[in-house]
Amino acid sequence: MKTIYVDNNATTRVDAEVLEEMLPYFRENYGNPSSMHTFGGNVAAKISRARERVAALINAEPEEIVFTSCGTESDSTSIWATIEAFPEKKHIITSRVEHPAIKNLFEHLSKKGYQVSFVPVDKKGNLDLDYLYEHLTKETAIVSIMWANNETGVTYPVDEIAATVREKGVVFHTDAVQAMGKLEVDVKNTAVDLLSLSGHKIHAPKGVGALYLKKGTKFSPFLIGGHQEHGRRGGTENVAAIVGLGKAAELAKNRLEASALKTAALRDKLEKNLLERIPNSMINGDTEHRLPNTTNISYEYVEGEAILLMMNEFGICASSGSACTSGSLEPSHVLRAMGVPFTAAHGSIRYSLSDDNTEEEIDFIIEHTPPIIKRLRDLSPFWSQRKAS
Amino acid sequence: MWEYTDKVKDHFINPRNVGFIDDFDGMGEVGSLACGDALKLTFKLDDDEKIGDAKFQTFGCASAIASSSALTEMIKGLTLEEAAKVTNDDIAMYLGGLPKEKMHCSVMGRDALEHAIANYRGVEIKEKEGEIVCECFGITNLEIERAVKESGLTTVEDVTDYVKAGGGCGNCHDRIEEIIKAVSSQSITERQKLENLTNIQKIRLIEETLDREVKPALNKDGGDIELVDFNNGIVYVKLHGTCSNCASSQLTLKNYVETKIKDLVSPELVVEEVAQ
Repeated sequence: MKTIYVDNNATTRVDAEVLEEMLPYFRENYGNPSSMHTFGGNVAAKISRARERVAALINAEPEEIVFTSCGTESDSTSIWATIEAFPEKKHIITSRVEHPAIKNLFEHLSKKGYQVSFVPVDKKGNLDLDYLYEHLTKETAIVSIMWANNETGVTYPVDEIAATVREKGVVFHTDAVQAMGKLEVDVKNTAVDLLSLSGHKIHAPKGVGALYLKKGTKFSPFLIGGHQEHGRRGGTENVAAIVGLGKAAELAKNRLEASALKTAALRDKLEKNLLERIPNSMINGDTEHRLPNTTNISYEYVEGEAILLMMNEFGICASSGSACTSGSLEPSHVLRAMGVPFTAAHGSIRYSLSDDNTEEEIDFIIEHTPPIIKRLRDLSPFWSQRKAS
Repeated sequence: MWEYTDKVKDHFINPRNVGFIDDFDGMGEVGSLACGDALKLTFKLDDDEKIGDAKFQTFGCASAIASSSALTEMIKGLTLEEAAKVTNDDIAMYLGGLPKEKMHCSVMGRDALEHAIANYRGVEIKEKEGEIVCECFGITNLEIERAVKESGLTTVEDVTDYVKAGGGCGNCHDRIEEIIKAVSSQSITERQKLENLTNIQKIRLIEETLDREVKPALNKDGGDIELVDFNNGIVYVKLHGTCSNCASSQLTLKNYVETKIKDLVSPELVVEEVAQ
């Protein structure tokens, strides 16, 4: 059975060009970039090249890029480094719809004596900026707001927020993991101090990420060890993966526009057809401010895990915000923060596309989804009640 | 991704007995849209007072649908007395097991059956007897106690997996902890009482345990077990069906039957197989 992968916000396939560039760094050029000999030095030079390419993707300076092991490490490093730099400030701000890498860290800090303001969102998933600005004070150590939401694809006005936060002299971090390769991100135009990105969301391998650290930002390392990354992140570099991230960043920059156009066209076709063919279905999130590749659709009166497993029978891979998929008992915190009713939250499916998807695949999903939903609704007591009433 | 057994997948993809019996004899409804799962069960008795037909409608995940389907298959042909004895563990066992986090799906099946039988008998199951412990999901102390007792739960996470209590805000975790402690000290005293039982009472207890805990697992593989005698702390059993000529039957006995008997009746007991 052919796999139809529309779960690219979860992870992406490593690009063939990326892999090709990585391979020599396992068996041939396996030197340690910290070594004194040329054999290691050549590897260090390649890492510098990767650093330039990642910097170019977000219009940063190469020395502002620190390689990490993943998006979560970049997030954690940013937050811990900043609160350590301002020990007297005990207030931090984030949104209600962050990825668990930020959400759970802020919840942890709230138990450690930090006062946390969680910025609410409206029904479409847009941030209540008034709330954010009202709570922003000189006592605030850091504001962390994601660039784009992983579940709904909703994007946030990071430019405006960052500028306002900087005016107050407060550090601003953004988790831009989902924005990379999908939106233009320019740190010279946006007042960001810290930015997280991840390799495996842009066709690089898993296990590598990067942190943008604006020159002059107060910083202390999260991983204390050797002098790697100019003493900003101890630990021998994951060379091949860093090389891969460098190549992937270059490809993402070159393909940005074409990729956004292609995925948006396919996404719009998918979305339009599913909504037309399936009654009681709706989009979650603001379609005006959204990543080009993502749509999150709720099918009322059915449960997401059951939908996913039925889709799985056809080789279609997607995600759900239902409680049952996570092992927790509550549906997605993002959808709940948006006030999506329970009737719809449990039956939400996220489709996230990439350059690799084809029109035939989208047609296949459009053809096979309506019968799946119908089948599950025929099992559901709520659907028959609804029909009866 | 959840690790579902082939049987769970089969009952999910090809659910048996979907629907609603219009002229039902008993109907039970549990769960809600807010909870994320709900089950409506109807049954009809045949002329011998056995369940002739059973149908379900379920909103929920794969394991909720599979548990409902399994339950309807299991209770067909049973008398209400027999059906009432079906536990959530029986449902899970019928399906070859459920992931720990999904045990509450099998509990939902058991609850719906209980409601349906009560409905037939015209008995009111008082909704939510006892006091609410978990505010998020409206779970009472009695429900938690029952799950802890029946399934031998030892941690708050176990309780959440089985009956959802504690899965929301987490404010009730201390209270759940207390209930687990209370139940476990209670079961120790119950076990101590065994020494005061007569032999007949002990045999009855062993037989009940075999029926409930051991037989369904052996039946699944086409085998069976019979209690032959009980003397001086030794439980003599005979194996039937595929078990009797199964090379691993000794292993089955020692590892499984004896553990169950020791766990649930008395740690003093030993199990021995009687030749055919």
